[in-house]
Amino acid sequence: MASLHSAVLDLRRLELMANGDSTIHRLDARAKVLVTLVFIICVVSYTRYELAALFPFFIFPVVMVSLTGIPPLFIIGKLALLCPFVLAMGLFNPVFDREILVQLGTLGISGGWISFASILTRSILTVGTAFILVGTTGFTAVCRALERLGMPQVFAVQLLFLYRYIFVLTEESGRASRARELRSCGKKGLGIRSFGSMTGHLLLRTWQRAERVHMAMLARGFSGEFRTHHVSRFGWAEITFITVWSGLLIFMRIFNIPHLLGALLAGSIS
Amino acid sequence: MSHHIVQVKGLRHIYPDGTIALQEVSFLIHHGESVAIIGANGAGKSTLLQHLNGYLTPTAGDINIGDFPLTRATLPDIRRTVGMVFQDPDDQLFMPTVFDDVAFGPLNLGLSGSILEQRVEECLSRVGAAHLRDKPPYHLSGGEKKRVAIATVLAMSPDILVMDEPTSGLDPHARRQLLALLKDFSHTKIFTSHDLDMVFELCERTIILHEGLVKADGPTREIFNNADLLAECCLEKPFSMQNCAACGRPKTGL
Ligand SMILES: Nc1ncnc2c1ncn2[C@@H]1O[C@H](COP(=O)(O)OP(=O)(O)OP(=O)(O)O)[C@@H](O)[C@H]1O
Ligand SMILES: [Mg+2]
Repeated sequence: MASLHSAVLDLRRLELMANGDSTIHRLDARAKVLVTLVFIICVVSYTRYELAALFPFFIFPVVMVSLTGIPPLFIIGKLALLCPFVLAMGLFNPVFDREILVQLGTLGISGGWISFASILTRSILTVGTAFILVGTTGFTAVCRALERLGMPQVFAVQLLFLYRYIFVLTEESGRASRARELRSCGKKGLGIRSFGSMTGHLLLRTWQRAERVHMAMLARGFSGEFRTHHVSRFGWAEITFITVWSGLLIFMRIFNIPHLLGALLAGSIS
Repeated sequence: MSHHIVQVKGLRHIYPDGTIALQEVSFLIHHGESVAIIGANGAGKSTLLQHLNGYLTPTAGDINIGDFPLTRATLPDIRRTVGMVFQDPDDQLFMPTVFDDVAFGPLNLGLSGSILEQRVEECLSRVGAAHLRDKPPYHLSGGEKKRVAIATVLAMSPDILVMDEPTSGLDPHARRQLLALLKDFSHTKIFTSHDLDMVFELCERTIILHEGLVKADGPTREIFNNADLLAECCLEKPFSMQNCAACGRPKTGL
């Protein structure tokens, strides 16, 4: 519990990075949100057995990280957190899908392993890019951009609250588990019973606190509209950013670059 | 709202679990008054304050702020008029940095650019927290959080300031600073406190709550001189009014 707690608190560090200053940070949030959406759609739209064609897409997160000064190790660390979920999702593919798709010498690789690797790669790509988006923009600004791009305001506000709620929940659970640890005298488990009542208690407390935080927002004039103090306009920088990246991403989606390279090499050798 | 009066009539609050936190509370606070609400733990002070900006709804009774009754329709305006500092600053700070947090209110009021920046800086330095502006609120000490929470409310320039235990957790210097700041604030102020010396210094008027009832309501000096009343409500005279601990003589200047 404690480690999950600190991991989520670490997410707040990501939010702090959004206050940095770089060409990417200064771009209008809408441009970044749009390109990220194009990126995610491109990556997700591949068939489950596609693996090689995904690798060129790493260029986008890599360039973004190098331009913005977000520590790459931080992003990688956050992605490692994701692994258990992806493993749970894709673990049974190799078991059920045993048809050999690729023959490497004597080693046959089944479709299951390929689709598993594909899921893993796609998760790393999409979640990593989403982290980079928040780290260069800030979650409030992302929600605001989504709204200005046409998402209904209710959804955008819900999204923002959901995000805040995660923090409130982990903070409360951090406190509760610390109190429990301190009073359980080093014994590990106090049994399911105390855990059950603690969870119920935790949800109630979280709910009450979330309500008080909402109250504090209302008390300071929050009316469901997002405002940020970074004034940004849609200018040439944004248009260039969108055109160049979307162009490249869509190009990579349509033409399988590793294949092309392979064909080119094969052609020049023969 | 020209007159920032606060009127509470027959206020009663029963929590969903059946606890009667407020039995029957009535008072009228005039424009520019500075009123302390004191009482033992669990007397109902926080419950009372949370009614003043509509966080809790009365089980019975009415509340008027300025010329308006507190209803659903007037709530947004009333929340802008009444600035409230909660007892627990963690409930009040929710943005990624101190600056963003203090700026949140003024942004919603429509400020932007350098005016906004100026307002935030000013409020932070008024509570002695200017150096904290780029820190995340969850990495602050308890007293620092309290100061920032107060700054977030000041930034809204409220007409009525409501504070639940503003000095709890502050060091003596910060407490002094807050006292000076509150003395400067010329609008209506209402606060609860266990810091009776502060009450004695700041408020002409004191209301004692006891088990959900108004036990006394009058000039602060009179109330603190009534030893029987204080004892009955589990309170004590402020230190500055007690006899000198070393020599047993009354302190000078009183
Ligand atoms: N959410 C709640 N549900 C049920 N009872 C509550 C709730 N909040 C407070 N109470 C009860 O209402 C009574 C008044 O509580 P309140 O918080 O107003 O006290 P207080 O005067 O602010 O005390 P303190 O000086 O300790 O801050 C207490 O008996 C408390 O147990
Ligand atoms: Mg209280």
